[in-house]
Amino acid sequence: MHLRSRRILIAASVFALMSSATAYADPVEGFELVVNGEMTLVTEAPASANLEGALDTVYSGLLFRESETREMEMDDFSNPGMVFVDQGLDLWNKVDGTDGKSCASCHDDVESLKETRAAMPKMNPTGDDLWSMENYINNCRTTKMGAEAWKWSSDQMTSVTAAISVAGRGEVVNPKVDGAAAEWWEKGKELYYTRFGQLELSCANCHEQNYGNMIRADHLSQGQTNGFPAYRLKNAKLNSIHNRFKGCVRDTRAETFGEGSAEFRALELYVASRGAGLSVEGVGVRN
Amino acid sequence: MKSQLKLAIALAAFAAQPSFAEVTPNMVAFADGAVAQSHTGVAGNAADGAKVASTRSMGNCVACHAIAALPDAKFQGNVGPALDGVGSRWSEAELRGIVSNAKMMFDGTVMPSFYKTEGYTRLGDAYTGKAPKGDVPPILSAQQIEDVVAYLLTLKE
Repeated sequence: MHLRSRRILIAASVFALMSSATAYADPVEGFELVVNGEMTLVTEAPASANLEGALDTVYSGLLFRESETREMEMDDFSNPGMVFVDQGLDLWNKVDGTDGKSCASCHDDVESLKETRAAMPKMNPTGDDLWSMENYINNCRTTKMGAEAWKWSSDQMTSVTAAISVAGRGEVVNPKVDGAAAEWWEKGKELYYTRFGQLELSCANCHEQNYGNMIRADHLSQGQTNGFPAYRLKNAKLNSIHNRFKGCVRDTRAETFGEGSAEFRALELYVASRGAGLSVEGVGVRN
Repeated sequence: MKSQLKLAIALAAFAAQPSFAEVTPNMVAFADGAVAQSHTGVAGNAADGAKVASTRSMGNCVACHAIAALPDAKFQGNVGPALDGVGSRWSEAELRGIVSNAKMMFDGTVMPSFYKTEGYTRLGDAYTGKAPKGDVPPILSAQQIEDVVAYLLTLKE
């Protein structure tokens, strides 16, 4: 990546934006995400009934990124997040804890969990709590493996969630929002529309009302989670969904919520449901 | 030496005499979203206002609004309308109201309230993500609001 050419490109974009704001406001058109030249992923879909008319079409965040960033995600050799996926697969097969087990001891190949990512977050086996993938992994570690729980956004955790997400690449996002999950979904929706912090910004203020617009150099997306855990160029590592939520709420000059909190799990369900119909991108590449 | 010091103290005391009590955020009187009275009684400085408008750690108006007169402020946003010509379209009182608390003029607007200290949900300590330790001042000071208003009034059509 040549920084200088990139800057010129951005400057040119800003100029274009000033002369025709509406044309630039849209996500990129005519782009098809084909990974490794063989797997076509859905990056644009009609909004599901969950959105109750708030949006007509849902777009992957990739459509709001520049062409160089989009190209990185089109090939696993150029996707910087794939290094961490390899580390995640090593951890998948590594025995840890007092029971002498690895993830593979019970789940065999990671491909056995290919439907997992698209269904997250999901009510737990006893049906009394909403769990993110991180909760399921730590439940296995502490109750089946005799291993210690990983921190929510630790390198190990994001690597393994990434490996499971890549196994589910191409699956269509479709979390269950009825039954016991319904009250979590409602809570998540309430959070989505709450204006937090000194800047009094809700998720919707930026990602529903203003996607496609610019806040200084930031091109606002719809805030979809189908590309998570995502490799961000900004910090050169994998980022969990809750870590991203935490940063967004912090940037409203608010007291943010914790990773793994009930609030963020509820919000994760609601936001995931807003992206129903998009493909799981495994590790997305983002700014 | 002694008399000079005395003079200096006398001058300082004179300067400190409030000829005008600063209007605190919860005292601001809005009428149809506009605020006729200055927050400070001190005329705004347009050059200082331009700095507040273009500086990230201050007002950062250009985060959401384009201002063609500030070409050095890169990456101007477009979440709100361009501010070119606002000095012709709005009065000083209207601009003071909008900059202080735009929600009083435009119900439900996305624009943050720059001179307000109450009514927040999970107010934090600036961008730390943590709870505040004490009272949180408004995003801009009374004089910064006056300076921004003075600057916006220079943006004529």
